[in-house]
Amino acid sequence: MKRILPPVILGLLAILPLLGLSSYWMHIFILVVMWSVIGMAWNLLGGYCGQVSFGHAAFFGVGAYTSGILYTKAGLSGWWGLPLSIVAVTVSAIVIGFICLRLRGPFFALGTLAMGVILRVTAENLRGFTEGDLGIMIRERTWTEKTWYFYIILGIAGLTYFIVRKVIESKLGYYFVAIREDQDAAESLGINTTLYKNIALCLSAVITGVAGAFYTNYMGYIDPKVVFALHDISIVTIMVVMVGGVATFWGPTVGAMIMVLLAELIRSIPKLGAAHHTFFGILLIVIIIFLPNGIVGDLPKLRRILRLGRTL
Amino acid sequence: MTSVQLEVLLQTLISGLLLGGLYALIGIGMTLIMGVMKIINLAHGELMMVGMYVAFVLFSSFHIDPYLSVLVAVPVLFILGVLLQKFLINPVLKVEAIIPENQVILTVGIGMVLANVATIIFTSDYKSTPVDYATKAWYLSDIWKESPIELSLSMPWSVSFLLALIITALLWFFLTKTDMGKSIRATAQDKDAALLMGVNVERLRVFTFGLGSALVGAAGCLLLPIYYLYPDLGGQFTLIAFVITILGGLGSTVGAIIGGIILGIFESLTSTYAGMGWAPVGRFVIFVAALIFFPGGIVSILKRKRFGK
Repeated sequence: MKRILPPVILGLLAILPLLGLSSYWMHIFILVVMWSVIGMAWNLLGGYCGQVSFGHAAFFGVGAYTSGILYTKAGLSGWWGLPLSIVAVTVSAIVIGFICLRLRGPFFALGTLAMGVILRVTAENLRGFTEGDLGIMIRERTWTEKTWYFYIILGIAGLTYFIVRKVIESKLGYYFVAIREDQDAAESLGINTTLYKNIALCLSAVITGVAGAFYTNYMGYIDPKVVFALHDISIVTIMVVMVGGVATFWGPTVGAMIMVLLAELIRSIPKLGAAHHTFFGILLIVIIIFLPNGIVGDLPKLRRILRLGRTL
Repeated sequence: MTSVQLEVLLQTLISGLLLGGLYALIGIGMTLIMGVMKIINLAHGELMMVGMYVAFVLFSSFHIDPYLSVLVAVPVLFILGVLLQKFLINPVLKVEAIIPENQVILTVGIGMVLANVATIIFTSDYKSTPVDYATKAWYLSDIWKESPIELSLSMPWSVSFLLALIITALLWFFLTKTDMGKSIRATAQDKDAALLMGVNVERLRVFTFGLGSALVGAAGCLLLPIYYLYPDLGGQFTLIAFVITILGGLGSTVGAIIGGIILGIFESLTSTYAGMGWAPVGRFVIFVAALIFFPGGIVSILKRKRFGK
């Protein structure tokens, strides 16, 4: 059952566009799949390796800008950004890792947060290179239909799931978990913690960056405030994983589904639209206090609570 | 160096120093909370924003001077901090979870709610308190008629700086001379030892979070006459407070003061010589440099000097 579940879900998702859904719903599904990719990437670093990053917008933005700059400066199609963002993001991940991985726990979190802000301010100020606050607009859309965008991001998601699963089930995965549980103990057992933390960071960053490059091509417009956003990218990434389930394979997907649908739902209610950050904040607080390991991670606890409600 | 260049440099240094005094006050609140509770309060800037709105409401409805409203904002923020710590952060400290940074993420959630509620109540328009002394300044030529260079000292900036110094001095007195203050410092040094010596650590945590919030609320009131106010301004001040804490050395009050002043001067220099937009980058260049070259912060350098190592 467990073996065939991923291909079955992937197959079910693949026939979604054939159902003739409206383009609004296709947009929602594309966002859900994109966020689950970012969530899986963050989970690799934060959930398994225990390095909580508050700055995944940095990698998302570097990926997005690789695509955008290739389009404006080199005149290439934005899709070249997908493979080339791997190089750009790896370089930035190594630099950021060199600086931030010296810090532990909450200090690492804040260090990465600062990196996200540094990159945003740099992108705003390097007007000749990134067009600054004007942003980059991709003028020719590849497809007007959303079907192909959906298949591309679905392909990325499938690949991401496969990579994360392989990494976590290999020796690397055990090293990551050992580092999360006790870094000093892991070090004393001969695990090169700096190296493995860097590997986790690079993998996670690259996947996030590819999602960013996809975002540029899909949305057709980026600016520093959107792709390097602290709340709307970095924090939402954390929430996707926290709500879904930390250190679980399906958690990010479940979390992405809940977060995207919730965001759309709140925005569609006229009076409450402005308050969507309040709802997110309250949801985050409630999840942390009552289901600290997320919906998938705390499934047994959730079942127990529900059963308790029924007997009362 | 011509006299104009010298004038610009000196003026930049003066405004950096004045800014640094306020930054120090913001940083001290965070460093106190970090020392005692070992958590980073990412809602710190948002708490300052709440303090600023308290002062703004008092000014716009009762015409109370922002400097006087420190007396109101401090208790309000103290109570808010105590409530947050008691009902949200304390329960999470006891919860078992895979990720140990849960408390930090929780404070992000608190910050989001505070900023969003402020947006709903006050809208996201930029607000300011038009006090009548806002543009007053003292000039060097008033005192020294034939001085070769001209320097000015803005009145609200210097008043804010002086009040920040007074609040810091009061805090220093509290931390070194009273029992409560001594227990706070003891808990920051070694929680278990403090517990064994009969310090009520649980109560102290609640009190410290309140104190940290009150300090940053006071800083908000002092900043209001010279700055503008909007609901999302919290985030950047949280980062400033964090940079100061790293620069000064984790959990050290003296470090936070020196760190604040260094950051203020450096930021002022970058905005004069590299352009206003780059000032936040300058802030983080200092942060990264501090992490790479002296990870223990300024305090570690001071200690090394003292013990002659």
